[in-house]
Amino acid sequence: MEHIVIIGNGISGVTAARHIRKNSDKEITIVSAETDYFFSRTALMYVYMGHMKFEHTQPYESWFWKKNRINLKKGFVSKVHSNTNEIEFNDGEKLSYSKLIIATGSKPNKFGWPGQDLNGVMGMYHKQDLENLEKYAPNNSVCKRAVIVGGGLIGIELAEMLHSRDIPVTFLVREKSFWSGVLPKEESAMINKEITDVHIDLRLGVNLKEIKADKNGNVKSIIIAETNEEIECTVVGLTAGVSPNVDFLKNSDLEIGRGVKVNRFLETNIENIYAIGDCAEQHEAIGQRRPIEAVWYTGRMMGETVAQTICGNKIEYKPGHWFNSAKFIDIEYQTYGWVWAEPKENEARFYWEHESGKKCIHINYDKNTGEFIGINAFGIRMRHDFFDKVLTEKNSVNYVLEHLADANFDPEFYKLHESEIVAKFNQENNTNIQLKKKSWARIFSA
Amino acid sequence: MKAIKQSGLILFLIGLTLFTGTIFTGSFSLTSVEFDSFIKEKNYKNELIKEELQNAVVTTEPLNIFEFSSRVRKAYKVSNDHYEALIKKYDSEKNWTKKGEQYQYKIYGKPHSLSFELAKKAGLGFAAESPVLMWLLTFGLGIIGALLFIIPDVILLGKPGIKNNGIFLNAATNRGWIGWFAFVFLVGFYILLYFYPDFIVNWVYLVDPISQKLNGGNASQWFLYGFLYCTVMTVMAVRMYIKYRHNKYQILRTTSVLFFQIVFAFLIPEILVRFEKPWYDFKNAFPLDYDFFFKWNLDELLSSGGFGLFILVWGVVLTVVVVPVMVYFFGKRWYCSWVCGCGGLAETLGDPYRQLSSKTLLSWKAERIIIHSVLIFVLVMTGFALYTFFSGADQVLGIRTQTIQDIYGFLIGSIFAGVIGTGFYPIFGNRVWCRFGCPLAAYLGFIQRFKSRFRITTNGGQCISCGNCSTYCEQGIDVRAYAQKGENIVRSSCVGCGICSAVCPRGVLKLENGPEKGRINPTDVLLGNDVDLMELVNDK
Repeated sequence: MEHIVIIGNGISGVTAARHIRKNSDKEITIVSAETDYFFSRTALMYVYMGHMKFEHTQPYESWFWKKNRINLKKGFVSKVHSNTNEIEFNDGEKLSYSKLIIATGSKPNKFGWPGQDLNGVMGMYHKQDLENLEKYAPNNSVCKRAVIVGGGLIGIELAEMLHSRDIPVTFLVREKSFWSGVLPKEESAMINKEITDVHIDLRLGVNLKEIKADKNGNVKSIIIAETNEEIECTVVGLTAGVSPNVDFLKNSDLEIGRGVKVNRFLETNIENIYAIGDCAEQHEAIGQRRPIEAVWYTGRMMGETVAQTICGNKIEYKPGHWFNSAKFIDIEYQTYGWVWAEPKENEARFYWEHESGKKCIHINYDKNTGEFIGINAFGIRMRHDFFDKVLTEKNSVNYVLEHLADANFDPEFYKLHESEIVAKFNQENNTNIQLKKKSWARIFSA
Repeated sequence: MKAIKQSGLILFLIGLTLFTGTIFTGSFSLTSVEFDSFIKEKNYKNELIKEELQNAVVTTEPLNIFEFSSRVRKAYKVSNDHYEALIKKYDSEKNWTKKGEQYQYKIYGKPHSLSFELAKKAGLGFAAESPVLMWLLTFGLGIIGALLFIIPDVILLGKPGIKNNGIFLNAATNRGWIGWFAFVFLVGFYILLYFYPDFIVNWVYLVDPISQKLNGGNASQWFLYGFLYCTVMTVMAVRMYIKYRHNKYQILRTTSVLFFQIVFAFLIPEILVRFEKPWYDFKNAFPLDYDFFFKWNLDELLSSGGFGLFILVWGVVLTVVVVPVMVYFFGKRWYCSWVCGCGGLAETLGDPYRQLSSKTLLSWKAERIIIHSVLIFVLVMTGFALYTFFSGADQVLGIRTQTIQDIYGFLIGSIFAGVIGTGFYPIFGNRVWCRFGCPLAAYLGFIQRFKSRFRITTNGGQCISCGNCSTYCEQGIDVRAYAQKGENIVRSSCVGCGICSAVCPRGVLKLENGPEKGRINPTDVLLGNDVDLMELVNDK
């Protein structure tokens, strides 16, 4: 019987295992050095904040694995011997495979800052990072101040985490505005305000120069490159992005770029070895996507896809329309299609912001044809099905505005802003779009 | 703000301590005049109980409630033992006439109820003599303290939004010592209320003035419970209003349960009593209202003229027509978390404990067995009750209807719904009764599962499996198990509290009433992936 070995028990690897099991009787083993069981990495923050216990982040009870005949093996893989179809653990033990799926995810970036390996310096990615944070920042008497370096999603989450325990936070962001490489300036400004509103010390446009140690090798302070300002702190969070966790493959025969190079079938250069999730790097970017996508959803999709290929139904990885979501302290964010930080040449924008400064939508459309390209929604929930269909059918921005009531996904009784939004669009564009009443018939024709 | 919060806590604890301490205060005795009028009311046919009771309670000794109760129960026992012995004696002598005569001399009812009735007339001391002052020192301090503890959260919790910080780091909300203390207190309270009402007679004195204003008479322990229930719900509703002030669904729902509890379950029934009508809670549907078809209730309704008949018809229509039709359109939430009193307490007092419900598959299995057993139990019992009512026979197939009713009342009505159902909030989460025991919930659940427009829609592929929804589901539904598969949640046990949707950080869940078609949507591959793959896998 074929033995499928999956390195990594994150969303990609586990999704692959589940779908292989659905479609076959192959023997399946998932290897992980991090935890015994699959957990939701994106939920680690809630454990520190006390919203959940670690066990709540595990989507499956422990009997699930046995029932589905998925072997779980704890161990750190140090080598892949593709000539003998074996993986080797750091204790020398070997495990042979018929097919190997590499799903080892990411690791936090470190850019060679002086002091980056001191006690109290950490990322926020692995379960071990959480344990570390609990050790160095259990409360604000042990941790007088924390400094976070890097203004992305993990950075703001870490800031929110520390803030939940009343630990003063200084947040160093290299860009002139939070996440401005991804968000248009209006949304970015809204999040800047959300951060400073909760008294997080947000420093924009600055870089870390070095981290200083006390005599015991613990973090004492950091120095800002631009100003040479020294900020005393006991914890430093490094959240300047992630990169594929593929160091253990450096001496293998696998073709490695930044990640494990794969073709559209998620196959590596070696037969019977596949790579999925954050650690996979497409030879050619797919559509407007990046060659490496470190996103929960894409990891899951690759898992769904590679399982088909492994079970004999060879299929390309062909992700549908882009979507993503996040939560910035109290502001939820969803995006469907593409809304770039800067409009491209053929693109026009429509922006509406609620007077509270906590809600907005930003629509991107083709200024010549009127075709809808994408939407950012902050503080308003939108229906995924609706926008997926709009993108597939290449509907116009006018269509989207007419049907905003169908698109809304806020809880019942929430105050809706659709007529205000449509009125603003009409005024700016000299149009006469009429908002249609919500229709179940249309919503369910999807 | 923190100082206000802390002083609130101190005031609350003082109020709670005084309230608890009140039990032990006062002395109890009757004058012979009072005693005679009591005996007259009771119309006992036997002299022994009169003599025994008189010796027990007409005294100048300062008896506390426990001594008083013990004397009354002893008198009760002596008298009943005497006549039991006679019954046995005549039985062995086969003197049936004499034997039959003895039954009229026996005292029926619970000894603690007799003791409560007497104590209610016998009290001397702070609670009985200055109920208003003592009310202020117990209820008053408790309410003010609790509000001072809760209201600063407007500032302390930070800006509106989901603020579950520290819930699992707190001894009160993570089964720590405070949780266990609350558990012991609540369980103790229910045991006293149901089985030892005489011990808490001083508490009942405190609400006499309110009872007189409302229904014209003195309070019973049930009036005390009703008043306390409304008070606790109101105070804890303030907490809900603050905690979920960004969420209009929660605000409206809380207002609705509070309204139905105070107006329908408390004020209207008490006012009905004032006008000499039967006590009736118009929203309490059978089979949650399990004694609706008991003979005594039907007799009372039928003897109350047109109004009694109206209640009888309404009670039947409520269960047979209103409840299922509303569940079809809105799901069982319209009842369980917008109207019901049990749900109301769970959603206010119980909200801090919602995360403690077990989400394992094992508890889901246990839940289905237990709740459906209770439903069968209540239906069989009602069958017995109706047979007894129509035929006049007091037993069916050799089983006495009264016995079954007593067992249900004790095991389900008192122990399950009260002691376990509410007492276990701090340990097993806030919907223990609704999830495992309520026969009405089981009935509504069938309709919700098989014939309803309600569902919790999962928003395409947006789920990140974080687990907030499952953690905060009071009914122990593993919401994430559906959401992460892109599947709508259609579960009989869902009470539609809407918290899963509120705590979701990615906007994945929405409670909706929509067409039945497409309500249940099993998926393997989620929205956002290759369209061909979705068709291939999902449509097979």
